[in-house]
Amino acid sequence: MSETTLGDLAIEVRSKNAGPFWITMELFMRDAEGYRIAADETFLDEDVVAGLYRVDPGSVQIFRIPSLNVVKISYPRPVSQGSLRDRDTHAGQHHVPLAQLVVP
Amino acid sequence: MTSDNADSVSILVPSGMLGAGFPEETITRGIALGADVIAIDGGSTDSGPYYLGASKPKTTAAAVARDLRLLLRAVAGAGIPLIVGSCGTSGTDDGVDWVAGIVADLLAEEGLSMKVARIYSEQRAADLKEPLEAGRIRPLPPLGELDVSTLEECTHIVAMMGHEPIAEALAAGAQVVLAGRATDTANAAAYALLKGMPAGPTWHAAKIVECGGQCTTNPRMGGVFATIDRTGFTIEPLDESAACTPISVAAHMLYETANPYLMREPDGTLDVRDAVYTALDERRVRVEGSLFHHAEQHTIKLEGARITGYETMSFSAIRDPLILKDIEGWASLMHVVFTQRVEQTLCLTSEDYDYDLRLYGYNAVLGDLDPSTDPPREVGVMLLVRAADQALATAVAKVANPLMLHLPAQDMDYLPSLAFPGSPAEVERGAAYEFVLNHAVDSLTPTAMFRTEMGEKHDV
Repeated sequence: MSETTLGDLAIEVRSKNAGPFWITMELFMRDAEGYRIAADETFLDEDVVAGLYRVDPGSVQIFRIPSLNVVKISYPRPVSQGSLRDRDTHAGQHHVPLAQLVVP
Repeated sequence: MTSDNADSVSILVPSGMLGAGFPEETITRGIALGADVIAIDGGSTDSGPYYLGASKPKTTAAAVARDLRLLLRAVAGAGIPLIVGSCGTSGTDDGVDWVAGIVADLLAEEGLSMKVARIYSEQRAADLKEPLEAGRIRPLPPLGELDVSTLEECTHIVAMMGHEPIAEALAAGAQVVLAGRATDTANAAAYALLKGMPAGPTWHAAKIVECGGQCTTNPRMGGVFATIDRTGFTIEPLDESAACTPISVAAHMLYETANPYLMREPDGTLDVRDAVYTALDERRVRVEGSLFHHAEQHTIKLEGARITGYETMSFSAIRDPLILKDIEGWASLMHVVFTQRVEQTLCLTSEDYDYDLRLYGYNAVLGDLDPSTDPPREVGVMLLVRAADQALATAVAKVANPLMLHLPAQDMDYLPSLAFPGSPAEVERGAAYEFVLNHAVDSLTPTAMFRTEMGEKHDV
């Protein structure tokens, strides 16, 4: 049986810069069941996000919004926007590691 | 214009960005719905530090003029004001003057006479030393304390105005307000606040409309129309085939904000934790329960950019599977041979220049965060070199040129030729910049850091 990812259970997974110094991502889940999985702190928490994006778990903020079936994640941008090693100015492709996370 | 209290104020936002374009009929419709003001954002930091650092607009003049021509005709016909925030992308003084020049030409061409206010928000480093030394400039996370040298290194510094300088210009009779750097919401909120609308619904509506049609079910169909009143606001798309739904509107609070519930403005904090979104019909949404907590200390956020060096780019491409089967090995060899050749020929060490080697088609976008390591079918190799001056950056990139053309895989005993997409191979990118300010000034008054120049209305 093939593995199911967060992206499979979502209408949209997106990432974007929030000002020059933060990246923010949203998981728009299809339904309450998908939301329950994405919002489960034993599955997706600050440490998991920190591992995916190699940032300090203490800097990761997670907002769980059941009325919209949305989990929103923000963290400070590790590489300065537009600098030599920044490869995604608008941080618009950074959702992929999150979307490909395999659900339990 | 007086600051009398109205029962409601309707805002027409044509699009998320001046110069992005919108269907002309959406403006006609918004005017017919009874718009009291047209507000549009002219800038953003989203596209990186170059536009502030170099003080150059991201949009082309023709696209800005096309949008402004339609908007000036509309506001002149309806007798309502037009507000443009963050002129010229970064909101520097050059940006305000650039848009003001386009507006002056259009008014002359259209035979219109309107009173135009320009509000400048650029700051001199010398003027920020006093508040810095007085402890009135504080870092916002994730940045740390500010020192004077960082201010002095900035090529341009702007302060983000709130609604107050814009409202003041409107109260003084301006029919067109061209603002320097302003918060995305301030240009949409200013007229409603001037007319006495409550702060909670006004700032919430301003946040929802600031990206135009982004809060609708079809963001490509133009902007939005919001009516603010005593207890809340009502929002609908300007295009009749698009819809606002409670989800599309509520979800927009998530967009480009780190925190979806609380948003700091110069004058206080918008709080939408208790906001209720209700469908009035299939395409209009009513929002109530939004709060605004006025801050004890008014604050103004600074943005600044400095030059980090000069960049030269080279780009080549690989299609041969014999190289692509171990593209990581090829890249490792490139790093070794390239840095050796730079040392041999230019006598430069890693302290004298910096570079980034990106494998587009393999893992250029996410680098070592990429969850996939599948072998690619083709790879674009980008070499980006940064040095203290342009000539040095280009010299380093030229040393790499034979390698970008002929570097073999580690197990090849012949020299392949790789695919340059054009000639010449190197592209000089000019100065590179970085944002270095994310700091808030405790402002003495909401308008003290900004300078307003009011133009005269001419008889035509």
